[in-house]
Amino acid sequence: MARVILQVPATAVRGSVIELRALIQHPMETGFRPGSSGEVLPRDIIRRFACAWDGEEVFSAELHPAIAANPYLAFTTIATESGTLTFTWKGDNGFAQTETRRITVTP
Amino acid sequence: MPSRRAMLAAAPALLALSATRPASATPATMRDAIAAFLGEGGTLREGRVAIDIPPLVENGNTVPIAITVESPMTPQDHVQRIGVFTERNPLPQVIVAHLGPRAGRAAITTRMRLATSQRIIAIAAMSDGSFWSESTEVVVTLAACVEG
Repeated sequence: MARVILQVPATAVRGSVIELRALIQHPMETGFRPGSSGEVLPRDIIRRFACAWDGEEVFSAELHPAIAANPYLAFTTIATESGTLTFTWKGDNGFAQTETRRITVTP
Repeated sequence: MPSRRAMLAAAPALLALSATRPASATPATMRDAIAAFLGEGGTLREGRVAIDIPPLVENGNTVPIAITVESPMTPQDHVQRIGVFTERNPLPQVIVAHLGPRAGRAAITTRMRLATSQRIIAIAAMSDGSFWSESTEVVVTLAACVEG
């Protein structure tokens, strides 16, 4: 399991715009870089990131090799109802990781 | 030992060989990637998009970039996608972010790689079918390790 750093507010006022920040440990090997033996290292990147609020997708992104190692993404969403935020990363070589965070929305 | 004449004759071929080694996108491949992003009949206009990236980058391996789009982000009028493209990275595509009216604000931040000094373009696809863009030049002193 790759290490993940998520910044999700524990509580939010209903209707307010909150910023979510997600970082995952991953080399994002580009597939253009030779390794120590001189052979080009095969590509190994995260292809897709998605964030869902109670199952409804609020943000997603397709990543390419030009994204730096340990991909970091910051984005915003509107706080609607108390619930679970699900963050998923999918990538090459069957890479898949899911993290969840609870958020309480106050009226 | 090859003669001087033979070496001179081979020079253009050697140059071409060394030029092709580090794979690089070209303005033409960037145009193709942008055309694929726009889809059929999409026309690109300048404005409404702001790129926040340091104009002088010391380390191309991780460059913070923030893209903000002027949009009310209502169900009727919102940003659907934000794409970032480069001219001289090995591949022109950087990221395509999918947003919706639930985003509240059209603003994303990430960290990218830059293989060399080049032009970066960010495009926002709006719900009404229009496309807005901004491009910026970035100078890189230490390139992303494309060559090891």
